[in-house]
Amino acid sequence: MRKPTFSRRDLLKGTGALAAGAAFSTRVSAAATPASAITPALIEAAKKEGKVIYYTSVDLPLAEKVAKSFEAKYPGIAVRVERTGAERVFQRISQEYGSNIHAVDVVNSSDAAHFIVWKRQGFLAPYVSEDVAKFYPAEHKDVDGQFASFRVWLCIIGYNTDLVKAEQAPKSFADLLDPKWVGKIVKAHPGYSGTIMTATFQMQRDIGWDYFEKLAQQKIMQVQSSADPPKKLALGERAVMADGNEYNMFQLKEAGRHVEIVYPTEGSPLIIGPNAIFKAAPNPNAARLFNSYCFSPEAQQLIVDTGGLRSMHPSTKEKAGRTPFKSIKVMKDDAAAVEKLSEEIKTRYTKIFKV
Amino acid sequence: MSALISTAVERRPAAIDISRPVLYGFAAVLIVLIVLPMSWLLVYSVTDRTGALTLDNFFRLFSESAFLDPLIATFIIATSSSFFCCAVAAPMGWLVARTDMPVGGVIRVLVTASFVTPPFLGAIAWELLAAPNSGLLNKIFRAVTGAPQEESLFNIYSLGGIIFVVSCYTFPYVFVLVANALDRTPGELEDASSILGGKRWYTARRITIPLVLPALLAGALVAFLQAMTLFGSPAILALPAGFHTMTTKIWSLFQYPPKPELAAAAALPLLLLTIFLLRAEHMILGRRGYSVVGGKYGAPRLIALGRWRWPALALCLVVLLNPVFLPYAALFNAAFAPVASHFLTFSNFTLHNIEFVLFELSATKLALRNTVILGTTTATIGTVLALVIAYVTARKAVPGYRMLGFLATAPIAIPGIVLGVGLFLSYTRPPFILYGTLWILLIAFLTISLPSAYQQLQAAFRNIHPELEDASRILGATRLQALRQITAPLLRTSVIATWCFVFVGVMRELSAAIILFTSETKVISVLIFDLNESGDLGAISVIGIAMLVITFAVVILVNRIPGFGVVGAGRLRT
Repeated sequence: MRKPTFSRRDLLKGTGALAAGAAFSTRVSAAATPASAITPALIEAAKKEGKVIYYTSVDLPLAEKVAKSFEAKYPGIAVRVERTGAERVFQRISQEYGSNIHAVDVVNSSDAAHFIVWKRQGFLAPYVSEDVAKFYPAEHKDVDGQFASFRVWLCIIGYNTDLVKAEQAPKSFADLLDPKWVGKIVKAHPGYSGTIMTATFQMQRDIGWDYFEKLAQQKIMQVQSSADPPKKLALGERAVMADGNEYNMFQLKEAGRHVEIVYPTEGSPLIIGPNAIFKAAPNPNAARLFNSYCFSPEAQQLIVDTGGLRSMHPSTKEKAGRTPFKSIKVMKDDAAAVEKLSEEIKTRYTKIFKV
Repeated sequence: MSALISTAVERRPAAIDISRPVLYGFAAVLIVLIVLPMSWLLVYSVTDRTGALTLDNFFRLFSESAFLDPLIATFIIATSSSFFCCAVAAPMGWLVARTDMPVGGVIRVLVTASFVTPPFLGAIAWELLAAPNSGLLNKIFRAVTGAPQEESLFNIYSLGGIIFVVSCYTFPYVFVLVANALDRTPGELEDASSILGGKRWYTARRITIPLVLPALLAGALVAFLQAMTLFGSPAILALPAGFHTMTTKIWSLFQYPPKPELAAAAALPLLLLTIFLLRAEHMILGRRGYSVVGGKYGAPRLIALGRWRWPALALCLVVLLNPVFLPYAALFNAAFAPVASHFLTFSNFTLHNIEFVLFELSATKLALRNTVILGTTTATIGTVLALVIAYVTARKAVPGYRMLGFLATAPIAIPGIVLGVGLFLSYTRPPFILYGTLWILLIAFLTISLPSAYQQLQAAFRNIHPELEDASRILGATRLQALRQITAPLLRTSVIATWCFVFVGVMRELSAAIILFTSETKVISVLIFDLNESGDLGAISVIGIAMLVITFAVVILVNRIPGFGVVGAGRLRT
């Protein structure tokens, strides 16, 4: 059942030594990272492989939409989406690679810190698509061409409009500590969700752990994925969410569900979800083709329009009716710091919230 | 005739009796299956990262509240679930087996339906029903009483809620044990009591209840163990409620960075407690197997309920609302409603979820395929394995047969998640690198299902007299030939029942699978669990209903295989 692939020793040899990556790749040179175009040869090779395995933490229906649009454009290449929380994706890959199982082709994670770790471990293959090379801002692509920001969004507050009147809705994180919200708040978990891990880092840096300790007194409902609080609001299960994906809220609101977005006055945590290809990918050509497609204006506009995400591709247009990205006060992202602190954040969070 | 026998005897040395090597082979397989993972568990629990011997893992386990609180929560859940299961299942079992209550057979089938329902699916369905704000039952409550939005009748995200849901899907075990015991209780003993002037209640108290007490005690124990080792329901309900149980804690220790040594240490108390309880049961029950005393007794006497017949049926149906009717109604509602918490109407009916699961969700096909492959192979191999071991122990065929029987029963003491941890530690290193293949899941499911399969078939063997086999062997057949040609056909009903039982068990299994799956070897239960974490309730409902349909279809199909008898679906024996 397992794909024949490189032995563990091969992998160790490659670890840390970027140049060794060239030995693994076939068609596209990995040592340098010039832009790679989608050539007929690449499409042909990808079709021969016939499938691509995409590990992602983006909300499942959206991930499947991207997959289906790719399959429509390149018939004969099936995308299999493996969706779970970013921290679980990370754990899964480390568990699989630890057992010498190389199942993943392309990865997308909502915890940008993971890419620092994977890069350090020498797991990633350098690959820069034409769109990334030409259009993406420097701060949204790795200097060595190993990953780039597939999607960007915010972690925000929200409420159910049937249960909360607009004038009574919280305006800030501090407002959530009001006793009137006891038992009415839903919140996602940094041990599962990369979005919440990233957000928890930014919030403890900017507004302090003190906030979380007080929030824990509010009898919150603890869920796992940052895609879940918006869905719990739509169900009417809780009135307010303390954190969750902005993009799910756009989707639900535009589908007519009774939910509303609040950009907290302290600033909204900024979340970046890069894409990368694994060096030991079982379907290397399909992986490259799929990754190139992910950064194309077509796919980027799709994740904006139907997904509610923000795109760093300058040719995409924001959807009317949504608050423009530029006008929102955001917290500063710092993946390197998240990578250093993630263990401590998980431990401290578990201590405070008991789960 | 004598010539025939003599030629057979002469031919005998030529036909080598391979039964011994085969049986020793089975013993070796069992030892590898069970002893290997348990040894690694033990090794990990007493070593640190560098491999040095330490008791630090256990010290942390019993000193940190992060571990002690789950231990206490688990104990409360298991004890109360066991109590409620007995309180509900015992009277119901009695009504079905010993009274003239109408449609008792239908009640048995419905109890089977609740057994076939995976506990994690039941937990999700009860979220839909009894989440404090969006739960359908709470909505009805508010609509009827006019209570404000803040008030709710039920809160499933609580200790009480978890105990309730766990009981819903554990009580079939107790019910089946009690009902089967009552089915076998000889009517003559009760008649004797009546003839000697015992009133109905006196007879029940002095004759019937003592006769079923062993079964009830065994049921209480099984319910306790099930509740203690359950992973799915607590993982779905306890985390939103803000606490851990032992099983969810063990699972969380596998999150990044994984701490297998702590998980192994946390798994050992579960294992020891299970072994202790099984020993305790053995000591209490001792040789008290009243109901299997031989001789030909009449069928048990049915008690006439009179005007209480219909209220009794109503009571049973009200009980069955909880594990069967309400949850499936909620799943059906969520499958077709635009929002899982909205009531389905003709105007809001949508096929969106069906479309999503069938045409968009790329993991569906693979997970379905893996589950069906694993279900059928586990059921087939498990039944054969159990059949051989049951034969050997029932016929005392080789020296050391007791050991074989013990090995086949031993996994009952290993909770699924503990086994998962043990197997992960064993099969991610040479000489057996099985992690990432379906083999490791097959081994896990086989090990989990072996004890109950073995017990069912052993009971079946006891009912078949060895003289038939002896006749076959005198005529020159080897043990294996006799087994295949004589005994197997006589056992077919039990074999089919066992096969179905194991198959259903695989469909229900989540706790070992959640530790052992990879993206290529995902099963339906894990897929549902993943979908739950991101709140995709509509998709879960569709998959859950599909899963139930597949389970029933396979069970019916297997029962219809030409040449095999039809088993009473309600009489699955644990």
